[in-house]
Amino acid sequence: MTERGDYEVVVGIEVHAELATESKVFCGCKTDFGARPNSQTCPVCLGMPGALPVLNRRALEYTIRAGLALNCSIARWTKFDRKNYFYPDLAKGYQISQYDIPIAHDGYIDIEVDGQPKRIRVRRVHLEEETAKLVHAGDDIISSNQSLLDFNRSGIGLIEIVSDADMRSADEARAYLTKLRSILVALGVSDCKMEEGSMRCEANVSVMPKGSKEYGTLAELKNIASFRAVHRAIQYESARQIELVRAGGRVSRETRHWDDARGETAFMRSKEQAADYRYFPEPDLMPLEIAPGWVEEIRSGLPELPDARAARYVGQFGLPTSDAAQIAESRELASFFDSVCDALAKAGQAQAADGPREAAKWLVGDVSAALNAGGIELSQSKLAPELLAELIGLVGSGKISGKIAKSVFEEVFARGVRPGDVVRERGLVQISDAGELAAIVKRVIEANPGPVADYFAGKERAIGFLVGQIMKETRGRANPQETNRILKEELAKRS
Amino acid sequence: MSLSREQTARLAELARLSLDDHELARIAHDLTEIIDYMEKLAGIDRADVRPMTHVSGTVNVYREDRAKPSLSQEEALANAPDRQGEFFRVPRIIEAGEGSEA
Ligand SMILES: [Zn+2]
Repeated sequence: MTERGDYEVVVGIEVHAELATESKVFCGCKTDFGARPNSQTCPVCLGMPGALPVLNRRALEYTIRAGLALNCSIARWTKFDRKNYFYPDLAKGYQISQYDIPIAHDGYIDIEVDGQPKRIRVRRVHLEEETAKLVHAGDDIISSNQSLLDFNRSGIGLIEIVSDADMRSADEARAYLTKLRSILVALGVSDCKMEEGSMRCEANVSVMPKGSKEYGTLAELKNIASFRAVHRAIQYESARQIELVRAGGRVSRETRHWDDARGETAFMRSKEQAADYRYFPEPDLMPLEIAPGWVEEIRSGLPELPDARAARYVGQFGLPTSDAAQIAESRELASFFDSVCDALAKAGQAQAADGPREAAKWLVGDVSAALNAGGIELSQSKLAPELLAELIGLVGSGKISGKIAKSVFEEVFARGVRPGDVVRERGLVQISDAGELAAIVKRVIEANPGPVADYFAGKERAIGFLVGQIMKETRGRANPQETNRILKEELAKRS
Repeated sequence: MSLSREQTARLAELARLSLDDHELARIAHDLTEIIDYMEKLAGIDRADVRPMTHVSGTVNVYREDRAKPSLSQEEALANAPDRQGEFFRVPRIIEAGEGSEA
């Protein structure tokens, strides 16, 4: 990896997100993912001669919704245009898209990297149609000389979101994408699943001497299939360009293909070979006059977005900022967290005070770790908000210790059982009774004269050994604070 | 303005038309005439005129977001020149300057 040294990396990002409408953007075919190939098609999305597109009103509404959430202005008047090119995934020979007047323009997304806030401008959001899915027959793209087509995807509403070249590192690019996805998912306009292809991205990468006002020649990176790949691809490409420039070479304007397995970008085509799309207004679709009243209606119906949600978590529950951001960024985590808080509030005020912070700690800690380990989503797990709330309640009321709670959690997570039942069945109730604890403490002190003598000799650490022995004897059920207090008391009596 | 032979050849290539020399010359001539005609508009004061993109004057034609029955797989594939199982099959096309743009 080349040191960036005196060079600055400049990144702009283009994102395509499939709209989560029930039907396609210009016909009534369903948009279900994973249906049998070519089972969700009609003359319109197969591009048959004479078939006419009609705009899905919700697709337009979703585009406006996305535009507003990205702080964009919405066009008062707009239209669709034909983007002409020949490729088998496009039966008509053109894609219905938008050229000079996008539905939304000039917005921004605020990101934060290493505690540094930054505003990334969003140049435009436009609506277009998705293409068919091309599958290469045979073992791989090289050996196969035929391609297979599935038109189920053809005609699904697609929004293209173009940023300005405002990002200066791979980290910023990843933060931008993460924030953008969390906003689109919160809006419900797209499920943004990169692994299913419902969100895709391209990065424009260039380098320039630090402090320069003039951008270098950019390379367009394609075939980026995950956030991790975005990060790697930008790092690789910027290092390649810096090395090239340092050696006296020049970056040429070209499109490069990211090879994830090799971890490299490879030349795909030069600017001279770039397609000329000969855009012109789509005559089959009438222009749009977007009424300001409708836009305001959509604006007032926007859900709470991740940034606002995170701020609320900090203000209302006193969550640490990083926990709040992490939870608010995921619609699943956020709605789970809200449900846990509701359940805690219902269970009683005493626990509710500290409960949300505990819930957040569980969610970003043990719960996220367990989900990652199992490779599953929260919704696929057996953990329900009520179960986590109950577990937090058991700790909050002193019934079990925090350490025991972790082992109870494992069982709750694995089997979906109630924490209270696990505690009962396994006899895990915490021992907090002073008399009972004192008896155990005395026993341990008598049985371990060596460590006790060490303690009196000034070896503070010996106390840890004694606590360990008490925990061993109680199978971890001794209340840690009480144990410490009583142990010190008993030792003091003997000094 | 006169359209050059090269420009005409490029247009033909983009449109996937294969034209011989004679045809190229004729089409370059015809297109030049059309462009000349259109360029007369350039002499008119258009400061307050929005480009006309559609002729009907109709705006905001929508349908509601409701799924309707699609064609069956067999119907969808019935006119396919070539197929493989549930898929349309086409010759593999990997050519510089092209690729799925969406
Ligand atoms: Zn259709």
